[in-house]
Amino acid sequence: MTDITNSPSALDVKRQMRRQMLADFWFYFSENRGAVIGLWVFIALVTLAVFAPVFAPHGATQQYRDALLVPPVWQDGGQWKFLLGTDAVGRDMLSRLIYGARFSLFIGVVVVGIAATTGVSVGLIAGYYRGAVDTIIMRIMDIILAFPSLLLALVMVAILGPGLLNAMIAIAIVLQPHFVRLTRASVLNERGKDYVTSARVAGASPFYLMTRTILPNCLGPVTVQATLSFSNAILDAAALGFLGMGAQPPTPEWGTMLAEAREFILRAWWVVTFPGLAILITVLAVNLVGDGLRDALDPKMKRS
Amino acid sequence: MLGFILKRIALLIPTLLGITIVSFGFVRVLPGDPVLLMAGERGIKPERYQKLMEQFGYDRPIWEQYFDYLNQLLHGNLGNSLVTKQPVVTEFFTLFPATVELSICALIIAVSIGIPAGIIAASKRGSFWDQSLMGTALVGYSMPIFWWGLLLIIVFSGWLQWTPVSGRISLLYFFPDVTGFMLIDSLLSGQKGAFTSALSHLVLPSIVLATIPLAVIARQTRSAMLEVLGEDYVRTARAKGLSPARVVGVHALRNAMIPVITVIGLSVGTLLAGAILTETIFSWPGIGKWMVDSISRRDYPVVQSGLLMIAIVVMVVNLLVDMTYGLINPRIRHD
Repeated sequence: MTDITNSPSALDVKRQMRRQMLADFWFYFSENRGAVIGLWVFIALVTLAVFAPVFAPHGATQQYRDALLVPPVWQDGGQWKFLLGTDAVGRDMLSRLIYGARFSLFIGVVVVGIAATTGVSVGLIAGYYRGAVDTIIMRIMDIILAFPSLLLALVMVAILGPGLLNAMIAIAIVLQPHFVRLTRASVLNERGKDYVTSARVAGASPFYLMTRTILPNCLGPVTVQATLSFSNAILDAAALGFLGMGAQPPTPEWGTMLAEAREFILRAWWVVTFPGLAILITVLAVNLVGDGLRDALDPKMKRS
Repeated sequence: MLGFILKRIALLIPTLLGITIVSFGFVRVLPGDPVLLMAGERGIKPERYQKLMEQFGYDRPIWEQYFDYLNQLLHGNLGNSLVTKQPVVTEFFTLFPATVELSICALIIAVSIGIPAGIIAASKRGSFWDQSLMGTALVGYSMPIFWWGLLLIIVFSGWLQWTPVSGRISLLYFFPDVTGFMLIDSLLSGQKGAFTSALSHLVLPSIVLATIPLAVIARQTRSAMLEVLGEDYVRTARAKGLSPARVVGVHALRNAMIPVITVIGLSVGTLLAGAILTETIFSWPGIGKWMVDSISRRDYPVVQSGLLMIAIVVMVVNLLVDMTYGLINPRIRHD
């Protein structure tokens, strides 16, 4: 038997199909103006984060003892040296915010990475094998979902000890059941279809069936869930930081910055306003992209 | 219908057992010895240590301890706070009404604004109204609510001086606790200004807590309405010559409400999680603040049992939502 899947013409067809799918995807994604704006903002944030030392005018923890709580430049008493003002120990707000982008994006990537890989694998196993394995896995997920997510993460961090790493682990654990449920549901939907049966008859191993045959057809909803989880991870990590359980001072993480700024709330509005605004803009950009992805990947939306 | 309810309750039992395992395991996975932890930094004599180990049963096998714990739970004994020495159950029920009051107000705001906003957006799809309402909803959905609360405090309590910064009522007023709900109790007391004071304390926290559920409800209402508006029976109703208001308000809305009710039910978990942050910012004496304070005071019995009770509350509410669902949509009962 000749192996037709790797003959040159088949490869060409495959490549062409992939290009066509990408073009389709971009067509539907770019229909949504908000999603495109969100994508640009997100790219800008990534650039800021990667090249933080280039963009930031000062160091993130550098203290100017003669410039405490300097207001932003457009207010009376503002200085051009500190565009967005300084905090209570004389650190430049703008520089701290730019360095903070690193933390938030890093948190998003790591948390979603952990939650999606474990969640998708567990969901594949549950949906593929059904039976007792499925029941046990889904009961465990139900238990995790029975707790309000932030509360569970908070308690887990209290056990593991406050810190950014533990906060990320806790958030990944509470976000992961959503991936399991979603993957399992799509696997259940796909596993009875003819292409799966024919692959099985052709002798594909369970591992091959799960990862190569079924998984690619479940990735649409998982991608949308991943963007949603990305923004949730940033919000929850900032909330934990705000409650003193996430990144610890003097880390320029936005939630932690807000916690430090709380006592100056009625005296220096800028130390409270800007870190939260940074969180909002980042989360909003990710959610805009998420909405666009959902529209582009959900065939039901395309028809309307 | 009774069979449906019983089946739902039976399905909850494994989850409930799982939740007790989590809350039991919580204290056991803490690094260090539980008795030494309770003794704190003062240290403890070996004889006393041995006695406490026996008293709490920590020297017995782990599964025996778990069954003992379950037994205690079934008798309503959830342990005492290390700080106040009060039973955790008593503390929980003293503080719970404050959280319920806040959550109900937040939910009223969320539903009464979210549903009309969703309906308007859906019936004027693609218009300026649709875009600005949904844009606002997405901003609300992306809001870090702990920052939003601080921002409202800066504007309304700091600059405008309209609302107080924290607490449930001004210290000037004192009246007996009848229902535990400050709004009702202040009215019952008949004291002049008490109700206004309670209300002004409640406004900002409810707005903050309502923000995310409001956005979720508005988005869900819009997409549910859009789906229903494309159905054949809506077209028929239009073709019959019914007014647009009647088509949207009666024919479409009723069917669109089913997913919206699910979302409202699910937002109870969101509200309780949001209460942790909202109550901390506004020093609102409810269970969210109680949990955060207990965590930072290392009052582990409170954290352990508080976690358990909150999970049970969420479960019971979800069960109630499921039952409402079954009432509205008979198809679900027969699945």
